[in-house]
Amino acid sequence: MEESIAELRETFRSGTTKSVSWRKKQLRALLDLVNENEDSIFQALDQDLGKSRVESYRDEIGVIKKSAAYSLSCLDKWMAPKKGELPLLFFPAKAEVMPEPLGVVLIFSSWNFPITLALDPLIGAISAGNTVLLKPSELAPACMSFLTQTIPRYLDNKAIKVIGGGADVGERLLELKWDKIFFTGSPRVGRLVMTAAAKYLTPVTLELGGKCPAIVDNTLSNPSKAKVTAKRIVGGKWGPCTGQACIAIDYVLVEEKLASTLIEMVKKYIKRFYGDDLKELKSISRIVNKHQFQRLANLLKDPHVAASVVYGGSVDEEKLVIEPTILLDPPLDSEIMNEEIFGPLLPIITLKNIEESIEFINSKPNPLVIYAFTENETFKKRILSETSSGSVTFNDSMIQFLCDSLPFGGVGQSGFGRYHGKYSFDTFSHEKSVLHRAFYPELEPRYPPWTNFKFSFLKLAYAFDYFGLILLMSGFRKS
Amino acid sequence: MASEEEKKAVFDAESAKEVVKELRASFAAGKTKSYEWRSTQLNAMLKMMEENEPQILAALRDDLSKPELESSIFEVAMVKSSCRVALKKLKHWIRPEKAKTSLITFPSSAEIVSEPLGVVLVISAWNYPFLLSLDPVIGAIAAGNAVVLKPSEIAPATSSLLARLAADYLDHSCIKVVEGAVPETSALLEQKWDKILYTGNGRIARIVMAAAAKHLTPVVLELGGKSPVIVDSDINLQVATRRIIAGKWGCNNGQACISPDYIITTKSYAQKLVDSFKCELERFYGKNPFESKDLSRIVNSNHFARLSKLLDEDKVSSKIVHGGERDEANLRIAPTILLDVPQDSLIMTEEIFGPLLPITLVDKVEDSFDVINSSGTKPLAAYLFTNNKKLKEKFVATVSAGGLVVNDTTVHLTEHTLPFGGVGDSGMGAYHGKFSFDTFSHKKAVLYRGFACDAFVRYPPYSRGKLRLLEALFNGSFFGIIRALLGWFKS
Repeated sequence: MEESIAELRETFRSGTTKSVSWRKKQLRALLDLVNENEDSIFQALDQDLGKSRVESYRDEIGVIKKSAAYSLSCLDKWMAPKKGELPLLFFPAKAEVMPEPLGVVLIFSSWNFPITLALDPLIGAISAGNTVLLKPSELAPACMSFLTQTIPRYLDNKAIKVIGGGADVGERLLELKWDKIFFTGSPRVGRLVMTAAAKYLTPVTLELGGKCPAIVDNTLSNPSKAKVTAKRIVGGKWGPCTGQACIAIDYVLVEEKLASTLIEMVKKYIKRFYGDDLKELKSISRIVNKHQFQRLANLLKDPHVAASVVYGGSVDEEKLVIEPTILLDPPLDSEIMNEEIFGPLLPIITLKNIEESIEFINSKPNPLVIYAFTENETFKKRILSETSSGSVTFNDSMIQFLCDSLPFGGVGQSGFGRYHGKYSFDTFSHEKSVLHRAFYPELEPRYPPWTNFKFSFLKLAYAFDYFGLILLMSGFRKS
Repeated sequence: MASEEEKKAVFDAESAKEVVKELRASFAAGKTKSYEWRSTQLNAMLKMMEENEPQILAALRDDLSKPELESSIFEVAMVKSSCRVALKKLKHWIRPEKAKTSLITFPSSAEIVSEPLGVVLVISAWNYPFLLSLDPVIGAIAAGNAVVLKPSEIAPATSSLLARLAADYLDHSCIKVVEGAVPETSALLEQKWDKILYTGNGRIARIVMAAAAKHLTPVVLELGGKSPVIVDSDINLQVATRRIIAGKWGCNNGQACISPDYIITTKSYAQKLVDSFKCELERFYGKNPFESKDLSRIVNSNHFARLSKLLDEDKVSSKIVHGGERDEANLRIAPTILLDVPQDSLIMTEEIFGPLLPITLVDKVEDSFDVINSSGTKPLAAYLFTNNKKLKEKFVATVSAGGLVVNDTTVHLTEHTLPFGGVGDSGMGAYHGKFSFDTFSHKKAVLYRGFACDAFVRYPPYSRGKLRLLEALFNGSFFGIIRALLGWFKS
């Protein structure tokens, strides 16, 4: 392990990764990797998570292709120094902010989107000119295996490495010095990563999770909008890896009087999209492993919680499948309402008035996303200004993930730092400010011994009082 | 009967918790979010600096013997300028930024909204106690946060002045100054903050970041390092020398994070450089620098002892070519230049933070880059004096540091359009100007969608046709989309 990292350092020092042509070559190679191995990727995702081809394309392959292509097309622009504007006082001078790579970076990815969450940050790290060690999650073993075997065949081995293994490997990696660590996972492990990073003053980006709520107001009274809302809620809950996604809808907030309408529509679309036979569910992933399955099954064991199930609830331990399940008003102090669910259980919480949803959300840690289905502009403004979350999406779910121009990241317990699009490039870069000055003209007042004149001069200069300076220098102003 | 000392409350973890609780309540009540509150506080801070300049200069004199001009310009004027910039630009900074959307999310609109992080902690340093306390606080206020400022106990007069002035001028329910040393800082660090900005050294920075990790609190660490100056030949030597002196002894007598730490020049040029220094130093500070009013003193006896140790090291003391005089009683060390000290000496491995300037020699000026890069750490600043275009280009391309300046020193600090921060061991994050606002904000992405145009392709049951359509959509190719749609209609 130490040898691999030493090699990454050496490669970085040699300057290979800094050239735009190297970066573009790697990004193209990554595109080739994905294009030429689609079937293997589909297979690995099916094996690890039971993802269907459309889901795999939509959430993994398509995302990476889009991300790499976008980076390729923007890279020259991103790498160009940004000109800074300087006040007249500095004349003649030139200022710019130059992005430069941080060095050797470590990326930890998660098991639920094992291709996307590994390769998307990798795209950012490469674009920014770093050397990289990628540690995919061992909880998605087929994908980890795919990555460890395929990446060396396409990408520059001396600069980009993949390491397999479990938590012990992760721990050892954290004992070493990195120039940046990018982590996607749970808050608990996020703390460990940041604590380890603190020893070396390594900057980190933590992409964590949280309970992402969906607020639904009286747009439900409009039948066609209600349909779209229900579809998007179903699509936003069970669509991504059967709810095992940091941006999946965790729970829904709706007014009491509209709850049954919502539940009926959600049931309808569950049946239409996935079927209603536990043994024959289609187009939906499964739970990743026994441990997660047990955790989710246990959430339902609480008798008060079990009593609130209004649809679904059946589990198939052998196939690691849990039916899309709707709960109506489980107790607010139950585990299901306090831990991130990360699975196919959807609590629906009813409120007397939908405006109470703001207070409800604020009583919990900041989520990664808040979804709100509403056309009420005042309510939208209130949600934006009175809640805090990584991001907010109105009248849809999940789709903000695909916007390259929007920063993707959390706040508070949902993490810090962001990526996607140019933000990926920035997160793996150091923005170095560069000021070019000339030898002439010289400002005598800069130097001691200090006099009243110099004092006045500098005071005026710092206030950018050019007129005052002229008066002072021409003798019309006393010092 | 309890004595005065016993009556004075101890600031412990409980007290820290209370402070945070109060600020959280103020923040939750929305006090700090309005534009009016922010601009009122910034105006109040401006007034505070204007009405108390004599007291501020006096406190800086007490703590650091800082020359009046340095205090007035680098502390007072810079804080005022920072307030003015924030006031002028605040409305613009607060406004959401529009973001582009693509075909995939059509129809939609998107923006990025800046929101305050909440309750933030600013821990400042002793060398520019006003500037390094208030500049970050300006950013925190501009971004709409409640803030606790912990000034350095090593500058006690300014610490207590800051506490008094903040209580008199600023909104006490949202902005507090907590004075103290290690116990008080530790008590503060146990609490949950929404952001911590720390200015200081690497050792404490590690403690700050580890404490922050427990609460997943993001941090900005403004540290230091050995900021090198490469001096080429064939330059205007007098101007270069003066600018180096201004950045070194003119900045709190070398006790500044971006002060030139050491010089690298060629063997053939060294003597000329030393002679130029001797000449200009005398011009600036007179024959006896101890009598000059234009030099700060060493802050305290600990640092005096530390600097003395650097000078007294075996292979180093014989390399002094100028200065070296010390006055322990008055905590003064004369501007000192050393020539060709060994690379493994303490003075060449630790950040000097004082009035000692070692000159390291190389054969060719291009070798300087190896010297800098071989140190294994990235400094906060790096400087180059040259007229050689290629050398400038190589410098910018190969030297990694927080910020670079060509043909001057330290002035980049005053330019608020440049991000000020370190990289690697010199820190993480940046501030000044809009960067301060950004560093204390959360940039929330907002996507607005409508109910029209619901893309059926998103939903199960999934099929080959949907897969093809999705592929086309992702590729953004109109023809692909039409082809897929046609194929869909056919099947």
